Amino acid sequence: MGKLEIMALLEIKNLVKNYGEVTALNGIDLSVKKGEVVVILGPSGCGKSTLLRCINGLEEIKSGELTLQNYGKLGKDISWVEVRQHIGMVFQSYELFSHMSVIDNILLGPMKVQKRKREEVEKQADELLKRVGLYDRKNAYPRELSGGQKQRIAIVRSLCMNPEIMLFDEVTAALDPEMVREVLDVILNLAKEGMTMLIVTHEMGFARQVADRIVFMDKGEIIEQDIPEYFFTNPKTDRAKAFLNILNYESRGTDYEQNI
Amino acid sequence: MGLGILFQGSNFERLLGGLGVTAEIAFVSVFFACILGVLLGIVMTSRNKIIRFWCRFYLEVVRIIPLLVLLFLVYFGFAKWFNAHLDGVLVCIVVFVFWGAAEMGDLVRGALTSIEKHQVEAAYALGLSKMQTFIYILLPQSLKRVTPGAINLFTRMVKTSSLAMLIGVLEVIKVGQQIIETSLFTDPSAALWIYGVIFVLYFVICYPLSLFSKYLESRWEN
Repeated sequence: MGKLEIMALLEIKNLVKNYGEVTALNGIDLSVKKGEVVVILGPSGCGKSTLLRCINGLEEIKSGELTLQNYGKLGKDISWVEVRQHIGMVFQSYELFSHMSVIDNILLGPMKVQKRKREEVEKQADELLKRVGLYDRKNAYPRELSGGQKQRIAIVRSLCMNPEIMLFDEVTAALDPEMVREVLDVILNLAKEGMTMLIVTHEMGFARQVADRIVFMDKGEIIEQDIPEYFFTNPKTDRAKAFLNILNYESRGTDYEQNI
Repeated sequence: MGLGILFQGSNFERLLGGLGVTAEIAFVSVFFACILGVLLGIVMTSRNKIIRFWCRFYLEVVRIIPLLVLLFLVYFGFAKWFNAHLDGVLVCIVVFVFWGAAEMGDLVRGALTSIEKHQVEAAYALGLSKMQTFIYILLPQSLKRVTPGAINLFTRMVKTSSLAMLIGVLEVIKVGQQIIETSLFTDPSAALWIYGVIFVLYFVICYPLSLFSKYLESRWEN
């Protein structure tokens, strides 16, 4: 108290999400400051993706509160349709609209939802496309693009809505290894520019490089939060240690019997 | 002899007149079946169990009852129960729309539910409303998937319109039979020629539909 704190851009309080009997998220508290890059790690099925989907209103929550600075409680003070204009999301499987060209994919949201003028949006789209190196594919159709290109377009599509927060849900998980880099570079650049982001990923090296804070989840709960330096070198909890050890099998030597 | 019978008297005009009736029944039915089918298809994707049950019931009724029975029920049934005569063409169109809307609805439902859930989520994530998502994403994508089945249904409706003659509609086959019957003794091979011509006439109606379907599919492919 008494200390001046920067108000969080996104505040999540006691978020609970059920799938029938199964509790997917069990009381999540998380606040994200403006410009912060939060990387969420954890074993599969721990609820990382579900958390992102809840933030974007794609899943109905059982209880809890999500508050966006200047707008209020999500789904109550501000409708989900409007929330999504402020919080962009990119999916693992890109999900470009297959019946539309790249530029139409990008223009759809800004023009139909935000009712902006075509010329103005297209100018912004051109700039973004140039930045991700895909300006020459502007009129291509999604099926003519590689996975990495599709994902970069999907990011541009989301960015063109001028969101305040971006959610990345395992955006490189479906990509061939040589295409992972080009997508991660785009995200790294966004981080440098000060975009607020929540990222779910399995790329540990990338997580370490891009994150301001690592959030480690297991079984629907946040187990540990720390700056990447400490999290990766000296995790506090056993579960985080176990998780990192499974990933670092190389460092345990080549005696496989010993590893079992 | 031979094809000559076609040009005796007003035979050819009468055949074309019959073809006109056939086309009228088929295309008016297809038009309304299309519109109602799309609406029904949307309704069928509803999560409401009662709505789903009645849609299912309707579809099963159409599938189980032979079309001819439906035609008789409406045409003769209406006359008997309400003591009123309905025009055969009108009865045909009503029954065909009843049939076509059900099948079209099921095709549209199938296409709509076959669109990946993630495509819809991606649209939501861009801030599109449910209605906008339907108009800009679901409808265009399912249109492409519904085309082959729909064209198949339409050509079936064209061909099945020949049942109309059984409730006294003078469509192309009935006219053909009349021509054959009048020349039964003078020209025994008339049946071959007249049915041959009718075959070509049906082909003339149905083939453009197939071409149109191919055109649409290739256009959406590129």
